[in-house]
Amino acid sequence: MNSAIEAIDLVKTYPKGVRALAGVTFSVEEGTIFGLLGPNGAGKSTTVKILTTLTLPDEGRATVAGLAVIREPEAVRRVIGVVGQKPGVDPEATGRENLLLQGDLYGMPRSDTRARADELLRRFGLEDAADRLVRTYSGGMQRKLDVAAGLMHRPRVLFLDEPTTGLDPEARAEMWSEIERLAHEEGVTVLLTTHYLDEADRLAARLAIVDRGRVVAAGTPDELKSELLGDALVVELDGTIDGALAALAQVPGVREPVLDGRVLRARANEGARAVPAVLAALESAGVPVVAATVARPSLDDVYLRYAGRSFATADREEVNA
Amino acid sequence: MKLALRQTLALTKRQLLALWRQPWFVAITLVQPIIWLLLFGAMFKRVVEIPGFQGGSYIEFLTPGIVIMSALFSAGWHGMGLINMLERGIMDRFIVTPVWRGALIASGLLQSIVVIMIQSLVIIGLAFAVGARFSASSVLLQLALAGLLGGAVTALSDGLALVARQEETLIGAVQFVVLPATFLSSGLMAANLLPGWIQEVARFNPVNWAVAASRAAGSDWALVGTRAALLGGLMLACAVLATRAFRVYQRAV
Repeated sequence: MNSAIEAIDLVKTYPKGVRALAGVTFSVEEGTIFGLLGPNGAGKSTTVKILTTLTLPDEGRATVAGLAVIREPEAVRRVIGVVGQKPGVDPEATGRENLLLQGDLYGMPRSDTRARADELLRRFGLEDAADRLVRTYSGGMQRKLDVAAGLMHRPRVLFLDEPTTGLDPEARAEMWSEIERLAHEEGVTVLLTTHYLDEADRLAARLAIVDRGRVVAAGTPDELKSELLGDALVVELDGTIDGALAALAQVPGVREPVLDGRVLRARANEGARAVPAVLAALESAGVPVVAATVARPSLDDVYLRYAGRSFATADREEVNA
Repeated sequence: MKLALRQTLALTKRQLLALWRQPWFVAITLVQPIIWLLLFGAMFKRVVEIPGFQGGSYIEFLTPGIVIMSALFSAGWHGMGLINMLERGIMDRFIVTPVWRGALIASGLLQSIVVIMIQSLVIIGLAFAVGARFSASSVLLQLALAGLLGGAVTALSDGLALVARQEETLIGAVQFVVLPATFLSSGLMAANLLPGWIQEVARFNPVNWAVAASRAAGSDWALVGTRAALLGGLMLACAVLATRAFRVYQRAV
């Protein structure tokens, strides 16, 4: 197996003592899509900034396409494409001008620059808008142009930092198929960060769950999900919730009960059969129930298991922090 | 080398096109110095009557001062555009390419100097229209010195933008430096009529180098030569400093 990306013990602390990364390690196989999944502020973007030579880590090392990121940033820059979280395309230039400028910066032969820009504009459905100023583009179009700009010089490794944040469902689906096509048909290694579980589940061959600057779990989506035996039980509670956990401990076949705000989560081999017993136990403990659902394991559950809090809660906490 | 030149020209073209597409910005850049020229010209019209003031028309005296002052202003604000690029992620997109860091600074300098040339020509043209007369060498000299000083200040402004990364800091710095630097020179008042301590400070003030040299066309070429060389050196030093500021930026983000 050839690693296209190798990150080893990356540590980064920002001024004022904000610890963004507390030792991040993972590797990405060539030609695959790798997902870094985590809530806002988990350290995903910092990891991408280090791997793309935008910033230096305090400790640790990394290679991209076999090149040392810290020692040979120039060489790394030639082989990577980067689509950051912020748009990055110039709103006061046309779509085509944005792409041609990339060709100039990479020193691509001029005729190739023009041909490649045409090809990418066609591929991303931007031909009609090619000579319009980017500030007249919709959010989805800007995002597409952004990805096209990152692909101009035919990078071997592409970094996508939250590529679908803020996109409507249609634009999101298009972006997904384009990312899949890049990896599967063109052999580009893709590292994408996301805080959407469904996105990581759908796209990533392997993924790492990042929380508070650490990788808390890594593997294929299926591996991560199968580590959680059984179905997920989610019970929404109302009124007094004291005693809910204790009540659940009495029910046979129900494991790993966790109270997350007013939501009680647990695992059960056969979720549907466990529900009546769970409801009865809660009722006799005097805990009112609003709703109860049973679901097959999802990445949300994986996240809950490793980070000790649900994904949505973590996201809110980070935003409020 | 060839690639660095291509990168610089491509980036300069981008900046000039962006400017061209914001006519309001262009208009304001041009109108402000015109107001300075007419306002100061009217306000201090009779300054020439002070004993010891050399030369006949105040507008003729004032024009090089306004040309240099306007170059200083527009160069000082140049970093605002860079902060805007940082905020939009445009600069990050450039930095992750193998682009020569110097090209990112040099393109800003070139764009800024083009703007300053146009601005200076407009001021000189207007001065001409209201009766001032300049020799061709004086006009060329004013343009060249405005370009050199403007280049140096543009680089400083861009470097500060990279280090501070917020508009407030840059606004504060420009306010703090630009007006005092103008008044601590012979820009608006004949050097021999300035208080002694200002004359002393002005000797070390690059704005004064540019103003004094612009007025010395045909009379004191030695002064022109030394001041132009000093300003050229300053511009180069500032550009190198601004290029190094990318390292500070990359450490901080």
